[in-house]
Amino acid sequence: MLGYVVRRFFSAIPTLFLIVTISFFVMRIAPGGPFNQEKGLNPIVKANLERQYSLDQPLWKQYLDYLNDLLHGDLGPSYVLPDFTVAELFRAGLPISIQLGASALILALLVGGALGVIASLKQNEPSDYSVIALATAGSTIPTFVIAPLLQLTFGLAFAWLPVGGWGGGGLSHKILPIITLALPQMAIVARLMRGSMIESLRSHHIRTARALGLSDLSVIVKHALRGAILPIVSYAGPAAAALITGSIIVETIFSIPGIGRYFVEGALNRDYTLVMGTVVVIAVFTILFNLIVDILYATIDPRVRYD
Amino acid sequence: MPGEEAILQVRNLSVRFRTMDGIVEAVRDANFSVAARETVAIVGESGSGKSQMMMAVMGLLAQNGYAQGLADYRGVDLLKLTPRQLNHIRGRKITMIFQEPMTSLDPLYTIGDQLTEPIIRHQALSGGEAFDRAIELLDLVRIPEARRRMRSYPYELSGGQRQRVMIAMAIANNPDLLIADEPTTALDVTIQAEILALLEDLQKRLGMGLVFITHDLGIVRRIADRVCVMQSGKIVEQGATERIFTSPAHPYTRMLLEAEPEGRKQPPPKGSPTVLEGRRIRVSFSIGGGLLAPPPLELRAVDDVSISLRRGQTIGIVGESGSGKSTLARALLKLLPSEGIIRFAGRDLADLDRAAMRPLRRELQIVFQDPFGSLSPRLTAGQIVSEGLLVHEPSLSAADRDRRAAQALAEVQLDPSLRNRYPHEFSGGQRQRIAIARAIILKPKVVVLDEPTSALDRQVQKQIVALLRDLQDAHELSYLFISHDLKVVHAMADHVIVMKDGKVVEEGDTQRIFDEPHHPYTMRLMAAALSGEAVPDTPQSADETRTFPLTR
Amino acid sequence: MTDLAVRTPVKGRSLWGDAWGRLRANRAAVVSAVYLCVMIIACVAGPWISPHGFSTIYQDYVRVPPSFKPYPADDTIEKSLEGAASRARVEIAEWREEGESVVARVTSSKTIDERITRYFDRTSAFENATAESRSPDGMQLTIRAQIERHRFLFGTDNVGRDLLTRTLIAGRVSLAIGLLAGLVAVIIGVLYGATSGFLGGRVDEVMMRIVDILYSLPFIFFVIMLVVFFGRNFVLMFLAVGAVLWLDMARIVRGQTLSIKRQEFVQAADALGVTQSGILRRHIIPNTLGPVVVYMTLLVPQVIILESFLSFLGLGVQEPMSSWGVLIAHGAKNIGTANWLLIFPSFFLTTTLFALNFIGDGLRDALDPKDR
Repeated sequence: MLGYVVRRFFSAIPTLFLIVTISFFVMRIAPGGPFNQEKGLNPIVKANLERQYSLDQPLWKQYLDYLNDLLHGDLGPSYVLPDFTVAELFRAGLPISIQLGASALILALLVGGALGVIASLKQNEPSDYSVIALATAGSTIPTFVIAPLLQLTFGLAFAWLPVGGWGGGGLSHKILPIITLALPQMAIVARLMRGSMIESLRSHHIRTARALGLSDLSVIVKHALRGAILPIVSYAGPAAAALITGSIIVETIFSIPGIGRYFVEGALNRDYTLVMGTVVVIAVFTILFNLIVDILYATIDPRVRYD
Repeated sequence: MPGEEAILQVRNLSVRFRTMDGIVEAVRDANFSVAARETVAIVGESGSGKSQMMMAVMGLLAQNGYAQGLADYRGVDLLKLTPRQLNHIRGRKITMIFQEPMTSLDPLYTIGDQLTEPIIRHQALSGGEAFDRAIELLDLVRIPEARRRMRSYPYELSGGQRQRVMIAMAIANNPDLLIADEPTTALDVTIQAEILALLEDLQKRLGMGLVFITHDLGIVRRIADRVCVMQSGKIVEQGATERIFTSPAHPYTRMLLEAEPEGRKQPPPKGSPTVLEGRRIRVSFSIGGGLLAPPPLELRAVDDVSISLRRGQTIGIVGESGSGKSTLARALLKLLPSEGIIRFAGRDLADLDRAAMRPLRRELQIVFQDPFGSLSPRLTAGQIVSEGLLVHEPSLSAADRDRRAAQALAEVQLDPSLRNRYPHEFSGGQRQRIAIARAIILKPKVVVLDEPTSALDRQVQKQIVALLRDLQDAHELSYLFISHDLKVVHAMADHVIVMKDGKVVEEGDTQRIFDEPHHPYTMRLMAAALSGEAVPDTPQSADETRTFPLTR
Repeated sequence: MTDLAVRTPVKGRSLWGDAWGRLRANRAAVVSAVYLCVMIIACVAGPWISPHGFSTIYQDYVRVPPSFKPYPADDTIEKSLEGAASRARVEIAEWREEGESVVARVTSSKTIDERITRYFDRTSAFENATAESRSPDGMQLTIRAQIERHRFLFGTDNVGRDLLTRTLIAGRVSLAIGLLAGLVAVIIGVLYGATSGFLGGRVDEVMMRIVDILYSLPFIFFVIMLVVFFGRNFVLMFLAVGAVLWLDMARIVRGQTLSIKRQEFVQAADALGVTQSGILRRHIIPNTLGPVVVYMTLLVPQVIILESFLSFLGLGVQEPMSSWGVLIAHGAKNIGTANWLLIFPSFFLTTTLFALNFIGDGLRDALDPKDR
């Protein structure tokens, strides 16, 4: 088991490296630097700025410098907001995004999983059909349609919840964003779980359990569910990725100061360091998350440990 | 023994399924009973309803199935019980074991966990007491190192060992009745014999009734007191084993008994040339490996095997799973990479690449075991059969090819007008005929038959065997007949090679091998296959070599 | 071997035939297919039929709500008249409606130039304004103008453009991108997956490892980077969108290819001496086609969503072209004040996505009924 963990860990490092490298070079190769946007900039001032930010150095030197800084935890200053370093911006925004993302993930897994299990046990009955219908709706309607609709309904028509803003992290401000973020994943998890449970309940070892007179509870929860969970655990990785993607929309529409929004603004403003910083942070996070998921999977399924 | 009180009485049992095509009747009006210490065999071919009947008694039918009638267990009608009430009887008084040992255990829990669960559930034992009882049971079913095995996971056990664990779980609570649904069909023949011996032993010790479902008449003759013969959902005949075997009344029963393959193959005339030859063939696979992983394992599938096939000869290659017989055959046909010398009609095949090999391919053909998997699902029968002509006689027009396909189908006794049908529209036996037609349309010299009849019913098997014989006579074919079914090999082959773990253990004239085997493994094989006996005092060597090493 | 008289062969029922039958029986899929056709026709032909151009601006009708009744509504006629009059620096003494025309008497302290009718023409409400009669002193003019009737079934947007026409034309873009970029994703995915599966071994391992890595990353970030930094190039959008979504297709095709390669009918073809290309053509591709087709129908909605997503962020399709994503973005900014701007494009987008999903599900059930 330990060997498995170690192997997985070591294979994550080249991936991270690759991502950082590709992002760096893509950005530098792209036409238009951060200071080309501003028209009428005195060429001398521009040259000075570029020197200050080391943009006049040869590319490979910039790259090595960047790697070096990264290892020291320095993500560089924001080009467009010169009073802030990228790290500072993140320190403010990251916790917010993580709060939203983690809550949404947990909500999606728990509620989606529960619905999926219920649907599988009541196959072809009305409750099954309603779960399938909801799941189809939830996974088809895009986030950027659901968000404004929810704002319309709950924020304006019923006026139960604020339409947007973070409000210092008050619960009422978190409800709509979290639900919007969670909904598509909840739908996907519900369908996955339903299918997975149905498969599991049909398997031979469940037949054995029944033949041995084990109680329904034991059959469903102890045996069928444990096997059925595996595809859901595998899906947690892509789910987290989808949530990160979704956070861009949600943070924009609900005006939440998280790093998703920073990313979009940084992209539009050609703020190199901000964009790079976001990519690096996201990549680290995703790889770490996937590592945890892999380990979790191996804990549940012993056959995988000798992979 | 018969005469004792009946434990289970089944009266007018019918089982039906609600399907998209309407109501399907799986079992019609079945009547039989089982007494304590009695073994009743339920015999039938696939689709006879034998499994569904007992699944209904146990309340294990699929959601769309329902049963009517009476299944009386000591005064209680099992069919009228709720699942909750059934759960008090299942696993405790009546238990069932199934055909697929590889998938019948929960892969995510240890053997110990799974074994103690039914014990704790049905008896008021503590965890520790259940643990001890479990170890006793493992000893009873002859699993060595029981204490350590409690911590193993199913994937670390072989098929035979998993079946033993299943049996242990089934008898854990001293049931009155054990229902065994083809428990040995998926196992090798020597292991089969051991499991049968175990079941007999347990039955005597625990005084249980035993219902044994099977299609294998050899097993029936060995262990059953009474027999029920089923066909298409009905019990067409039942009675004491002796009587059924010596004077069967129903035509179907008679047909089943006569479906044993018979006849003998005469060796080819002296001086007939060698057509296919293999010298010191070796085939290895490496498993696992890759970046950052432990180094790969080398598996010797075929280890230094030499074989020589003469014109008009049929060599039977026998062995159990993992013996390398299929791998050897494919290596000889250059469908797999191998080391060693391969010669066809004196010509060395080793250096030939794919293109150079092509013209020779028409002389070396193969028929596979699975009649469904070996036919391309999106081609018609005619197209499948004539594909070889596209490669080897490209000058033929489409109409000519069609005619040749029709001829080939007729030769395998299939109606040529069916040649525009697709594989899924044919039965298993018909598909195998198509596969044979595909092989012989090119007028080959050598045909490798890799378990060609193993997936077929006995009756159909007999027909295919007869067909293969006719074809061999008509076209002077040489066969390599691979099978684990010794009875068929006895009828088809004039020379037999016995393989185990990639090596040739013994070979010789068919009659000699069967009548006077020299090697201990051959002896075990013959004993198990022909009379269902497990030769006593052999260690479970076959089992052990296939196990993964015990971990931790 | 005697030559047999070959009787007319019996027709077989192929697996495709079976699947087609099952598909036709699936009501949801059939309804969805019909709906999709209607939608495509509407988006392609609609803008030509519509009385409004998609970029025609109606200055007087900025942000008007949807209505069956044609504009101008009675209460707006007066406003339009007054607006035109004040721009012409005259005053309206009185006016009345006469059928489809309006007659107004305008006065001014100076002589009125007859050409002020132009001011009335320029409004969205009137056309063919003519001066009917004039007072002798020239300070009064009677103008007759026809009322221009416009229907805005979906209302108008912030600039004054008809939303229905814009929605339809946006549909052209969304659907076109959906199909074309979907095709790109399919082609990349199929080639990659088939190569990986067919070659097998080391190559396959490496190729799939790459897919695994890419799959768990929020790829969207790279796409956004690409789209931003390399400019808003339409072709680039196709490629970027296709490049994100090919991963699943590659996996599926590779899985299929591998499992088919292992099947005995491929080995049988080997034994017959069939060439590699022959095996690919006759055995592998026909058997992979099914899942590919199914997946493609499930891919197209993903593409449309992705394109809408990018457009929503302002990174996709640019003005004056529009796509459903752009419209929805505008709509989202106007909720509470002009809800129709959000609701109509959302409805079109969502129902189209549903239809595609049902068709995809239907195809999946038809081609492999036990794969529920």
